[in-house]
Amino acid sequence: MKTAVIVFPASNCDRDMIVALEKITGQKPHIIWHQDEDIPDVDLIALPGGFSFGDYLRCGAMAARSPVTRRVIEHADRGGNVIGVCNGFQVLTETGLLPGALMRNESLKFVCKDVNLRVENNDTPFTNAYAQGQVINIPMAHHDGNYFADDDTLKALEDEGRVAFRYVDDAGEATKAANPNGSRNNIAGIISRRKNILGMMPHPERLIEDAQGGTDGLGFFKSMINALN
Amino acid sequence: MKARVHITLKNGVLDPQGKAIKHALAALGFDGVNDVRQGKYIELDLAETDPKKTQASVEDMCKKLLSNTVIENYSIEIE
Repeated sequence: MKTAVIVFPASNCDRDMIVALEKITGQKPHIIWHQDEDIPDVDLIALPGGFSFGDYLRCGAMAARSPVTRRVIEHADRGGNVIGVCNGFQVLTETGLLPGALMRNESLKFVCKDVNLRVENNDTPFTNAYAQGQVINIPMAHHDGNYFADDDTLKALEDEGRVAFRYVDDAGEATKAANPNGSRNNIAGIISRRKNILGMMPHPERLIEDAQGGTDGLGFFKSMINALN
Repeated sequence: MKARVHITLKNGVLDPQGKAIKHALAALGFDGVNDVRQGKYIELDLAETDPKKTQASVEDMCKKLLSNTVIENYSIEIE
């Protein structure tokens, strides 16, 4: 599986993503600086976490208009696979590749902790190694992860099985108390209609080996190997 | 020409920062503040001298970058 990781000024989870992709695919990802004009032919493009362009104007707004992002959109339009984690998810919503927007956390606080996520749809290239309804524990760290979409968009996401992950409590219930940021319907991650694009706020790349405290994020990468190899 | 752009959250979009400002105002003794919505203000200095063209171009800017129309409204004043 050939991969590429896009690096913007102030991306800061790019190395974690690169290490995770290399460990799992056995191949070093192409590292693409935002000023690079071309992205090699790859199976997957990853937009990493961070604070691209200092979160100026809105989180992800500048990166979404970067020339390299046009190449990402073309790749996605051709059916190519794209993942965006944290700031990468914000960039994907700003480009319009995924619907909705990520707003300031309801608490107005930067929240950094491990959260329970329930796998809402395991029939996607990014979740097939998990069981349907499985609860995994993944780190999150963001200030602007409060997922908003209007009622019609939200209904379409739910009806079409496009909610990939939801924040849940230890019993696996999507309660208000388990919602760390105010996201509508406890949404932590969504997929595109063609299932080739996934955006999520928590960081699976931070939990792929025991030395990191667990391997709950591994299934995310194994899923892609299953789907794309 | 100069353009002034106000960007505000759409009705129905939760504004936690506006809410926090409202609480802080109440704590300072400013009673009777029913609601607070916070937004952004952007000033543009433009080479164009035709008001109609300026309006059209700033609207395009608002749609493509300055605002996120999923959650925000914009208004433009030209002078």
